[in-house]
Amino acid sequence: MFESISQALHGVFSHKMRSFLTMLGIIIGIASIITIISGIKGTNEQIKANLIGAGNNVVTVQLYQNDMPYEMMYSGNPVGVKPLEAGQREELRKLDGVDNVTFYHSRSYAEQIYYQNTAFTGNVFGIDDSYFAVNDYQIKQGRGFTAEDQAQNRKVVILDERAVQTLFGSENPVGKAVEIMQEPFVIVGVAARSSNFEPVINSVDDYYSYAQTDAGSFFLPDSAWPIVYRFDEPQNVAVRANSTDDMTNAGKAVADYMNENQIASQASKDGMSYRSNDLLKRAQQLQELSSSTNNQLIWIAAISLLVGGIGVMNIMLVSVTERTHEIGLRKAIGAKRRRILTQFLTEAAVLTGIGGILGVLAGIGMSKLISKFMDTPSAISIPAIAAATVFSILIGLVFGFVPAVKASKLNPIEALRRE
Amino acid sequence: MLVEMKDICKDYPQGKEKVRVLKDVCLQVEEGDYLAIMGPSGSGKTTLMNLIGCLDVQSSGEYYLDGEDLRNAGSNRLAEVRNRLLGFVFQSFYLLPKLNAIDNVALPLMYAGVPKKERRQRAEEALKTMGLEDRMTFRPNQLSGGQCQRVAIARAIVGKPKLLLADEPTGALDSASGSQIMDIFDRLNTDGTTIIMITHEQAIADRAKQIKYIRDGILSSGREEPPQAETPDGEEGEAHA
Ligand SMILES: Nc1ncnc2c1ncn2[C@@H]1O[C@H](COP(=O)(O)OP(=O)(O)O)[C@@H](O)[C@H]1O
Ligand SMILES: [Mg+2]
Repeated sequence: MFESISQALHGVFSHKMRSFLTMLGIIIGIASIITIISGIKGTNEQIKANLIGAGNNVVTVQLYQNDMPYEMMYSGNPVGVKPLEAGQREELRKLDGVDNVTFYHSRSYAEQIYYQNTAFTGNVFGIDDSYFAVNDYQIKQGRGFTAEDQAQNRKVVILDERAVQTLFGSENPVGKAVEIMQEPFVIVGVAARSSNFEPVINSVDDYYSYAQTDAGSFFLPDSAWPIVYRFDEPQNVAVRANSTDDMTNAGKAVADYMNENQIASQASKDGMSYRSNDLLKRAQQLQELSSSTNNQLIWIAAISLLVGGIGVMNIMLVSVTERTHEIGLRKAIGAKRRRILTQFLTEAAVLTGIGGILGVLAGIGMSKLISKFMDTPSAISIPAIAAATVFSILIGLVFGFVPAVKASKLNPIEALRRE
Repeated sequence: MLVEMKDICKDYPQGKEKVRVLKDVCLQVEEGDYLAIMGPSGSGKTTLMNLIGCLDVQSSGEYYLDGEDLRNAGSNRLAEVRNRLLGFVFQSFYLLPKLNAIDNVALPLMYAGVPKKERRQRAEEALKTMGLEDRMTFRPNQLSGGQCQRVAIARAIVGKPKLLLADEPTGALDSASGSQIMDIFDRLNTDGTTIIMITHEQAIADRAKQIKYIRDGILSSGREEPPQAETPDGEEGEAHA
């Protein structure tokens, strides 16, 4: 085996020009496929990174009524949905793929919030002490919530940077008082997300989920939540998964737990359910969209491979004719059909295999060039490279088969007689 | 008996008809024999050689090579027989131009499944017995005709065959190289190899222990012409020069 490969390599290199021209179709075909796949993979990784945020493996599990997120502000407290209790946090943390969880109350488009005479409409969250850790917030100014804040139901609030921007501009907000539902709250700190979270907006859906966080957010200790809103409101859950690939499973596990334990059967019949807002799934949908367009390009490249394969078959047929004497002699001194067949198949496979490897190199070069000059994402896919190489060897075996069979069936006398 | 042929005929299709190239050939060769077959061009020498060499199959008659009837043997078995039992020397050498002398000589051993190292060693030995120790890595186009034929003989004997078949081995060589080849054949026969050789030249044929003549597909043992009655076209043939 090894010997016939080295023999075949010898043959390829002794006809450099011819071998190269024969390989050209394969080289071009494989190079274009590698370029296209690198483009697809680059785009996919960008989509995933943009949508999920680098390293922030958080899935939110929200209460829905039918297909819409449930809004307490408009719909009131839902009947038959139990709030989570502190003890359940440990149960949730034990679920598959879950690293950490946090419960929080929330209001979108909350009104009746003022700083002096300026009104603010945005998000208000009632959070436990793991919320900032799970969602990657860091305290930029002032302080975070303390055990005393929670224990004594203190009316304290932390703003995110956007809310600060909206209400205070460049002024330092720490120590200032704001009014929420006519209750005075003291700003104790400013928080900001540490990872750079910039969603790609590809649909109206995306626009809304982006806009929601855009006005800015107020965070209260969840002990203070009943002061301004209701004490028996069900919470949403944010789950940090063990890894990006665990996001879907962790989100689903938590949503299942919530649906089973927190929602009474009547409420569930009324369409109440917890759903995991799985960005990974969203990313996959977008990736499929971008891949399906590019997949058509791959078919075009495949035609080049087909043409390349036919070229290989042609040259191998010529080579068999040129080498009838050699084949006749080999048979006369004892080569069995199988040996001749293997010899020519190996030659074809080595030829296209080398073509495939050159094509892969050319493809990598091309995609690097394109992404450099056109500023588009590209990422080298190892499985694609392996598949391309194997596939080009396969082309050699398929298109080399007819010539190899022809060689193996040559009659030794005829072959030796022929001039 | 190494070669035993009884009433061997060989027909070739020519258009819609058949031409009988060999007619009721009977031939017996014992181990250790050294036989020359002479005959004019087109008389069927090569055809006979191909049958003896298991490169072709007779149209009728019986042929036993080393006691085995190969009539119904498959192409694999025939390849095996050629590889193990026979050695071929051709008029125009048929060396592979891309391989050097050692690799050419080692080729039959490769098809016999001999490990690479041993192949090389045995090929070198065979080349040495041909007096080519200083030409081992030369390619055919770097060798003279006589040297090429000696490489070809080395290739034929490297597998230690029982029977060496040579089809006009000196036909493409000058007389000095030719007689050098014949010296080698004599030596091989003395060492026990059975040889069947085809030739045009009387001087070459005279080196053999036994001479047979073929004319129009009919094999005879004497120097005399085969009976005129059996030549269908009645063509007058010259005795061999
Ligand atoms: N494959 C073949 N098909 C048809 N005719 C053939 C074939 N091989 C040989 N012949 C004919 O058989 C006759 C004997 O040929 P050959 O054995 O080569 O003669 P020699 O070797 O004595 O010169 C010739 O007339 C030749 O044309
Ligand atoms: Mg002849």
